[in-house]
Amino acid sequence: MIDVTVDGEVVQVPEGATLLDACRTKGVDTPTLCYLETLTPVNACRVCVVELEGSRTLVPSCSRAAQPGDVVQTDSPRVRHSRKLVLELLASSVDLSLASGDVRRWVDRYEVDTARFGPAAAPAAADERDGRDSGHHHASDGATAETVAQPIKIHDEMYVRDYSKCILCYKCVEACGDDAQNTFAIAVAGRGFDARISTEFDRKLDQSACVYCGNCIGVCPTGALVFKSEHDLREAGTWDEAKQTMTRTVCPYCGVGCNLELHVQDNEIVKVTSPMDHSVTHGHLCIKGRFGWQFVQNRGSE
Amino acid sequence: MDLKLLPAEASPEERAAVASVFDSSSEASNADRVAREGLNEAKARRHLLLPALHAVQKAVGWISQGALNEICCRLIVPPAEAYGVASFYAMFSTVARAPRVAHVCDDIACKLAGADAICATLERTIGPPGTSSADGQATWLRSPCLGLCERSPAALFQLAGSESADDDTIAPATIDEIEQILNGATVPAPAVGSTPQTSGTREPELRLLRRVGVADPTSLSAYRAAGGYDALARAVQMGPAQVIAEVSASELQGRGGAAFPTGRKWDAVAKTAETPRYVVCNADESEPGTFKDRVLMEEDPFATVESMTVAGFAVSAAHGYLYVRGEYPLATARLEGAIRQCRADGLLGADVMGKGFAFDIELRRGAGAYICGEETALFNSIEGFRGEPRNKPPFPVEKGLFGKPTVINNVETLANVLDIVLEGGAAFAGVGTEQSTGSKLFCVSGSVERPGLYEVAFGTTLGGLIDLAGGVRDGGGLATVLLGGAAGTFVSPEHLDTPLTFEGTRAIGASLGSGVVMAFDESADMRDIVLRIAAFFRDESCGQCVPCRVGTVRQEELLRRLARDGARPSPAAEADLLDELARVMRDASICGLGHTAANAVQSAVSMGVFEGTERE
Ligand SMILES: Cc1cc2nc3c(=O)[nH]c(=O)nc-3n(C[C@H](O)[C@H](O)[C@H](O)COP(=O)(O)O)c2cc1C
Ligand code: SF4
Ligand code: SF4
Ligand code: SF4
Ligand code: FES
Ligand code: FES
Repeated sequence: MIDVTVDGEVVQVPEGATLLDACRTKGVDTPTLCYLETLTPVNACRVCVVELEGSRTLVPSCSRAAQPGDVVQTDSPRVRHSRKLVLELLASSVDLSLASGDVRRWVDRYEVDTARFGPAAAPAAADERDGRDSGHHHASDGATAETVAQPIKIHDEMYVRDYSKCILCYKCVEACGDDAQNTFAIAVAGRGFDARISTEFDRKLDQSACVYCGNCIGVCPTGALVFKSEHDLREAGTWDEAKQTMTRTVCPYCGVGCNLELHVQDNEIVKVTSPMDHSVTHGHLCIKGRFGWQFVQNRGSE
Repeated sequence: MDLKLLPAEASPEERAAVASVFDSSSEASNADRVAREGLNEAKARRHLLLPALHAVQKAVGWISQGALNEICCRLIVPPAEAYGVASFYAMFSTVARAPRVAHVCDDIACKLAGADAICATLERTIGPPGTSSADGQATWLRSPCLGLCERSPAALFQLAGSESADDDTIAPATIDEIEQILNGATVPAPAVGSTPQTSGTREPELRLLRRVGVADPTSLSAYRAAGGYDALARAVQMGPAQVIAEVSASELQGRGGAAFPTGRKWDAVAKTAETPRYVVCNADESEPGTFKDRVLMEEDPFATVESMTVAGFAVSAAHGYLYVRGEYPLATARLEGAIRQCRADGLLGADVMGKGFAFDIELRRGAGAYICGEETALFNSIEGFRGEPRNKPPFPVEKGLFGKPTVINNVETLANVLDIVLEGGAAFAGVGTEQSTGSKLFCVSGSVERPGLYEVAFGTTLGGLIDLAGGVRDGGGLATVLLGGAAGTFVSPEHLDTPLTFEGTRAIGASLGSGVVMAFDESADMRDIVLRIAAFFRDESCGQCVPCRVGTVRQEELLRRLARDGARPSPAAEADLLDELARVMRDASICGLGHTAANAVQSAVSMGVFEGTERE
């Protein structure tokens, strides 16, 4: 075990643990956006930074390996400032309305004020952001704050991609790639503020390598990727989590034994998730378990 | 992994272009592939992605779906990832584009030299950047600094088609020349030199520039006649441990911007148990205002090859990678020539100089991304991934190129090693000051009489250097100096007596950075310059981390408000917000780009470039 001092109190963590593990051991609520237990850390969002004694800059707790004797501050003025600004920069450029309760709690805690950057600029036209050239941009006159707002991409009946809500946490890319699915249908394209999640040449999903496993939906923290069924109900104003029940069951399609969580509202399955802590699937599924439930609801309506 | 490819076919030209990369893939990379056994075949080949994209871009002028398919098929790379890489770089187009492209520099030095007027004319005659000319054969784009500031304004031409000439640059550029080349004229050879100290009465003290203008840069025998390869011979006599001891004793600090002790790096790599190890030469020079490495590589390319070989010998690395900025066609050609001749003469290869050690160099061209000069982004770029910096630690000496221990040094840093080996570390340390040893190249540009690359011993003052360059042009008054590049600091004339050393510049809250000294006279529109710097960082952010990806956008927006008197609620409040942005970028960004993106901007704002924002 390693001794690490977190906010003045010594905690013990196993060798190989991160500073985030140390913070959590002490029970410090540490914001994270791009971190997920089941994925390789990309340490891109920087909301989890802490002040490490002896380090010139702050360090990302989610990926920094704890060293014996590390002394970290999680609530110093520098830490609070960087976390606040990271959240402000995101909240002023991305639609966080469907982000998790955790995110909303952190936004409150760090007193995020997006008005400081001015009113939001007009959304981009459909697919315009996907064609932007690296190394070139049209600068505004500064009266409005640029955002990633753009029309939602609805190309099939499985799931929708609303990149106005994308914080570019790379989780979907990792879930689609070597951390889970090994399909590599999506990657980050472009550069800088114009970087975006994209298939090759921004082709529609059904023309890409996507196999509709939905694992990217499962890891997306902001609701940028959601089931079409959920999206439709939200559009109709009838999505109501209070009325939903969740039933845990085993996928009937094959012998792997994936656990499914069926979310049911008004007697209809509205989405399927998979428990993160499951030893076989770690939250991941395939198209059959994720989307193969539509037939259950075809109650002879034709 | 099943590769699902695009339903598109490559044209014969595209297929031939991709094939050429595999055929010409040199001994170095083939041998290296074997060295990296343990990686699966696909991963072992992925480092050819950037060369393949270059080949296609050159052959047909853009990366089509069919061409990307062909590349993905041969390299076993998923198309989405390859597209992510291709779309990262400014020199690749993923939409059809005219075969002749002028990249017109509108960055700081070129702005001072009338680049905006050139752009305005092109906008009138062709249309906004990216528009094709009437015949569909030409287009133009704005470009960040092309590393030709001493001869500004500058333009780079990307010329596609197997029949066409190689990419080339012109500086100083005129609108007439640009239009002629876009119409198919050939690119003229440069008429003016870049090193005022080597013309007329030659400065006798030159060390790094010693062979410039003396030895034919295209001839190995000329290089050897001028003392070339004496250092490697001496290094072999000394043995690796002694070479590292001399480099440590010289107290040489890196010239790429971070001023890290070179001996410490070499020692750390030499001491690791892991193999293979790599030597990487960082020749991506893209810091606005910087052109020193370009001049060294164009005028003394064999020195780069020899010094890399010394490094390889010292740390027992058999493979070197030389990553040259994509916008440096002449340096690339000269280095390619040098590598070829050295291989033919047994100065590179399986048995260097017949002394029983192997070393070879693979040259890689960047493709238009400042961030790829950051060492870990550079590794990713070579490996065929997006040029996104990695989180550190681990540092390159532990996990560098292909995850192996790596020495990475700047071109100028390596050039110093030759003298260190020949004269000994102690003698080298006798030049300059106690804390800044040796001589230093300075890229002097802007409003001076004789812009160019100057070599002086550390300790020369800022004012002394500007005097060496003939003082302010046309007898004008000096308004400010940009020290260290866009990532550096604006300093006021009151600091002219500051010694140009690591410690001297630190004492005034500045840094030497990459050796940029750009002078501005009182006629310069400083607001416009500051806005250009802010735009540069926004364009060049890799986009990976939030503080820099969004912070550079907010910084530019804020400055634009100040520039048009749209400050809200007041200029002083905007200056405070700018400080807040600077703090998060400096504290929480992943890499040096974000850490320094506010430096120059903040220094200008506190000097009162925008009314009402002055600070003590
Ligand atoms: C954004 C950015 C760009 C950089 N560009 C260059 C470059 O073009 N050339 C270079 O030698 N170092 C560059 N560096 C510094 C390198 O990361 C690294 O420190 C250097 O190559 C080490 O070599 P040295 O010790 O010989 O200076 C850059 C760093 C950053 C953060
Ligand atoms: S649904 Fe599965 S295959 Fe398709 S993009 Fe998402 S993770 Fe990749
Ligand atoms: S779509 Fe979701 S998971 Fe993917 S990068 Fe954006 S926010 Fe993250
Ligand atoms: S600081 Fe900027 S350039 Fe560096 S990793 Fe972050 S986004 Fe990329
Ligand atoms: S959660 Fe650590 S950097 Fe995103
Ligand atoms: S070449 Fe144009 S600013 Fe450097």
